[in-house]
Amino acid sequence: MTEQPNSFRNQPDANSFRQMPDERGHFGDYGGRYVAETLMPLVLDLEREYRAAQADPAFKAEFDDLLEHYVGRPSPLYFAERLTENLRIGAASPDHGAQVWFKRDELNHTGAHKINNCIGQILLAIRMGKTRIIAETGAGQHGVATATVCARFGLPCVIYMGAEDIRRQQPNVFRMKLLGAKVVPVTSGRGTLKDAMNEGLRDWVANVHDTFYIIGTAAGPHPYPEMVRDFQSVIGKEARVQMQDRIGRLPDLLVAAIGGGSNALGLFHPFLDDADVKMLGVEAAGHGLDGDEHAASLLGGFPGVLHGNKTYLLQDDDGQITEGHSISAGLDYPGIGPEHAWLKDSGRVEYTAVTDEEALEAFQLLCRTEGIIPALEPSHAIAAVAKQAKEMPKDSVILANLCGRGDKDIFTVAERLGVEM
Amino acid sequence: MNKPDTMNAPNRLASAFAKPHPALVCFLTAGDGDTAANLDALVAGGADVIELGMPFTDPMADGPAIQNANIRSLGAGTTTADVFSMATEFRQRHPDIPLVLMGYANPMVRRGSEWFANAAKDAGVDGVICVDIPPEEDEALGPALRAAGIAPIRLATPTTDHKRLPAVIEGSEGFLYYVSVAGITGKQQAAQGSIEDAVAILKSATDLPVAVGFGVRTPEQAGAIAKVADGVVVGSALVELVAEHGSNAPAKLRELTAGLAKAVHSAARGTP
Repeated sequence: MTEQPNSFRNQPDANSFRQMPDERGHFGDYGGRYVAETLMPLVLDLEREYRAAQADPAFKAEFDDLLEHYVGRPSPLYFAERLTENLRIGAASPDHGAQVWFKRDELNHTGAHKINNCIGQILLAIRMGKTRIIAETGAGQHGVATATVCARFGLPCVIYMGAEDIRRQQPNVFRMKLLGAKVVPVTSGRGTLKDAMNEGLRDWVANVHDTFYIIGTAAGPHPYPEMVRDFQSVIGKEARVQMQDRIGRLPDLLVAAIGGGSNALGLFHPFLDDADVKMLGVEAAGHGLDGDEHAASLLGGFPGVLHGNKTYLLQDDDGQITEGHSISAGLDYPGIGPEHAWLKDSGRVEYTAVTDEEALEAFQLLCRTEGIIPALEPSHAIAAVAKQAKEMPKDSVILANLCGRGDKDIFTVAERLGVEM
Repeated sequence: MNKPDTMNAPNRLASAFAKPHPALVCFLTAGDGDTAANLDALVAGGADVIELGMPFTDPMADGPAIQNANIRSLGAGTTTADVFSMATEFRQRHPDIPLVLMGYANPMVRRGSEWFANAAKDAGVDGVICVDIPPEEDEALGPALRAAGIAPIRLATPTTDHKRLPAVIEGSEGFLYYVSVAGITGKQQAAQGSIEDAVAILKSATDLPVAVGFGVRTPEQAGAIAKVADGVVVGSALVELVAEHGSNAPAKLRELTAGLAKAVHSAARGTP
């Protein structure tokens, strides 16, 4: 299998799902550059620099080298045999119970897929001569990944993190500090990811001359959604080759958890034009989609404009943004990357949601059946896999992205299980 | 329908900037305190143009003063319908003072841009400043505003270079708002020299009046800026008075506005 062409502008193909965005950064009705005028020239600069970097073999070579030797890629493709057997017990019939495979991005340096994107963006920052890095973080995985690449390249780093998330994610806060980052608590709003992103944008607008904002998910003003997707697409490109090598065909179903949606796009994008590969994005249903306590922007929200892009948002009738809830700090963001909004409307990707309870069960199931402690984010994907596998024939193959490891979440899980630590 | 003796939208803004002196533009967040009384105090103090902020949960271009005003307003239950009621009532009390809505895209486009533009027109609003719709995304709101006869007022900033400036000016109406600081509202103030240079460039590129804002707090600053600009915008300093004085805010607002108006109105144009 040769490498798939990625989003580097090829000939437009009307039948392709991989040609987005257009040159204004729109994915159909979504995406765009909804930023204050102060940031607009910067966003245009960034796009120019990104195009130049895409055309520069040296940039790609450095990116690939760091992913291999610093991040530890390619990440393994793993057949979860015991989980597969376990799920077959409750299958629809003896002929049912799909094989479950995982893309092991939790084995990356820093423990999640976030680092893939951070490597790409910091190389771009250096290329642009920027001398200061800022980022927002929810669960802390993106903050840790950003602090890591800043330490690696010797750049000062400021991480904005909601005060509530700081409380929930102490180990990651300490990691960031060990790595030399300054962690700034954000107390506005409910003190979670969206508030941290507001504060990141406020910092950026005041420090445009020297600061690069490493956005952690495939959202924000163009070119961020495209750029983050491209950097994360290493996940799907590797998985495509690995699947062919291991079973001689592509999987039947891809599954990934979605907060902003970067790990899902990273897995899905290289497969979008493979018509036989179905895809399922899993949002956080929190306490359930029937109430307000969830973070399912696609299934429970409406299109709107926030943080530089048009996309599905959790909001009220007046367009005020409502606060998401999820047991997973990495998923409770009231928006979603604009490409997912477009993929939903186009029908190419299906979306579902999983509750806190279901994610907790899946978390424990993977611990016991495979000896892998997953993060709460991919635990949502695993819960969806468990439902899907039972309804699919035995010879079918599900590939889920295990996008982060769960060390950071053991305190949250202990609290929910009533265990004192 | 406007009565025959009242001006329509572009006329009110044009008249404010056609006065023999520069214009004082005063900002308050709608629904933060007694908005009607507070706006009346601004007018009594001598404000030439009123900017009414539409509260939003995520005011990412604003500093703490206006962020907190947004939180207070939303906490008090302010809705979009309330903002339009406040505008409608203001228009009834002050038929000739231009009223501009300022805010963020999402509350403006939530029910569709035509709905918003028509509601603004019905409320007697003259212009709209949307922080996060740059010229590149104009179609999200601009065409609906123009069709309703409401001026889309754009922002120019210290980062707006000469290549972008024509695109910013094209499609702008009412006045051009020069954001004098690359940053958020209410924080630092720009050096007078940099403001003078920027306004000169803007004025050579457009016939639109140029109003300067961000970080302007005192009559001294406002007076200095008014020597080169067509208007001076003051926001955070007024919003802070509302936060500090609550029901006693109108007297304080009137006092500060009177000081600002005196400085701005007495600044002779073209004599920096």
